Amino acid sequence: MSGVRIETAGGLVKELVEAINANRTWLSEIDGAIGDGDHGINMSKGFTSAGAKLGDTPPPLPEALNVLSSTLMEDMGGSMGPLYGYLFSRMADALEGKSKLEADDFGAMLRGALEGVQEIGSASVGDKTLLDALAPASEAFDAALAAGKPFPQALDEMAVAAERGRDSTRDMVAKVGRSARLGERSRGVMDAGASSCCLILQTLANGIKTRLSE
Amino acid sequence: MNRIINNPDLVVEDAVRGYLKAHKDLVAPTDNPRVIRHHLAPQKGKVGVVTGGGSGHEPAFLGYVGDGMIDAVAIGEIFSSPSAKAFHDAFVAADGGRGVACLYGNYAGDNMNVKLAVKQAAAHGLTIKTVVANDDVPSAPKSEPQKRRGVAGEILMWKVGGARAAEGAELDEVIASAQKAIDSTRSIGVGLSACTIPAYGKPNFSIEDGMMEVGIGHHGEPGVKVMETRPAREMADLMLDHVLPDLPFESGDDLAVLVSGLGATPVMELYILYDRLSEVFAERGMKVRHPFIGNYFTSLEMMGVTLTIMRLDSELDRLVGAPARSVGLTKVAL
Repeated sequence: MSGVRIETAGGLVKELVEAINANRTWLSEIDGAIGDGDHGINMSKGFTSAGAKLGDTPPPLPEALNVLSSTLMEDMGGSMGPLYGYLFSRMADALEGKSKLEADDFGAMLRGALEGVQEIGSASVGDKTLLDALAPASEAFDAALAAGKPFPQALDEMAVAAERGRDSTRDMVAKVGRSARLGERSRGVMDAGASSCCLILQTLANGIKTRLSE
Repeated sequence: MNRIINNPDLVVEDAVRGYLKAHKDLVAPTDNPRVIRHHLAPQKGKVGVVTGGGSGHEPAFLGYVGDGMIDAVAIGEIFSSPSAKAFHDAFVAADGGRGVACLYGNYAGDNMNVKLAVKQAAAHGLTIKTVVANDDVPSAPKSEPQKRRGVAGEILMWKVGGARAAEGAELDEVIASAQKAIDSTRSIGVGLSACTIPAYGKPNFSIEDGMMEVGIGHHGEPGVKVMETRPAREMADLMLDHVLPDLPFESGDDLAVLVSGLGATPVMELYILYDRLSEVFAERGMKVRHPFIGNYFTSLEMMGVTLTIMRLDSELDRLVGAPARSVGLTKVAL
């Protein structure tokens, strides 16, 4: 059975840190259009601090995800601290007792992430938040597996759905968070949270695919 | 951007260090660099009063730690909620064994982080109760008070809650008084220029020169109307037109009135505005018992002003008038 060894996959979280740092300015630019312009800055600060805790030889994937989760929840604050904190901690929970990350497990990670975000936040799909990238990504992944597609292809379809979901926030009116004050004026711009969420999902997909082919 | 900073990513850290060095007679550090406590906190037998919020609003939030005010404060990044850990550690720093009142503002991030922190604190036996300020009239219709944001009315809520706790009240009594305080308080802001988060380096919204945004939020959230800047007298009337009917404030009411600059406003101009406000209160048969004029709750270097009005009953009058000493607000007993 093809899967990724969880023991040695903690590096996936380091790749998330690198991806967020590489896109710090882009995320802030997106946020600047209808928010504070600090999304990239705060995400980068939180992820960098988690990266430092993980060190050069990160622990197994669930532990690494939990380090990221607790760092974001404890240190980052804002809305993104609790939201991403729950997201990553539920991803870690889905791997409990596993030694390999297989397609079904990744499906469970995405569903767990979705439930976690909905538990702590008050947003629904369509409110112009990170849920609008996460929910369709989770659905697309499950649908691909249900259709009998192999893990790598399901990851590709998940990544495409995340991006489509992110782009769909452009036409949405914000319902929660600070940009909700903008009402109709929030239309026409992508949501920063959906953008970072899409980036995170795509980075995970690429990292898993690379490890599957090794 | 032309500012008095070192590393734009570390402005909060740098400012908090300076604050602690400057006000040793009032505040002390804790193990959490994002939590500052009253130098005597926790005070055994007293209900603890905690608040927290994003930075960039100084003297809010940390400036209200003091005698008869706040016992511990959680400090966030600029315009960004403190972490759940910071709120939690502030609860611990303030808890004198009779519970903690967490009095904060209605923002998505603060709501989530406080919720998590209360859960964590409850897990090891602390009793935390909360009041959420929602005094900003233009932020949502009167029919949706749960969507309204907390702005400078938070200061009067802290004043009342802090004074009630200093009187030796129980947690439920502190909470009831703070809730009554914010329920009796309404605010509005007018912005004349934008502000810049140092780490971002440019304003994230704009107000054209010569224009003013009526109903602007504390982070530049859009208001209800953008119009040509009017003379201070008309600005005062316009602000009152939004605020007075909302509670509503009526003839015969005793008031606490707080006029705060948003960071770049000359204090002199706050008094120009207050001159007219005071005239209207008199015309309408309202009596200002406690005026507060100054930079109480700012938004970095935004030009503009907020008006906050509280209707006083005898309890609120007593608590607003009670002695207090903090960097942001000091009240001397008469």
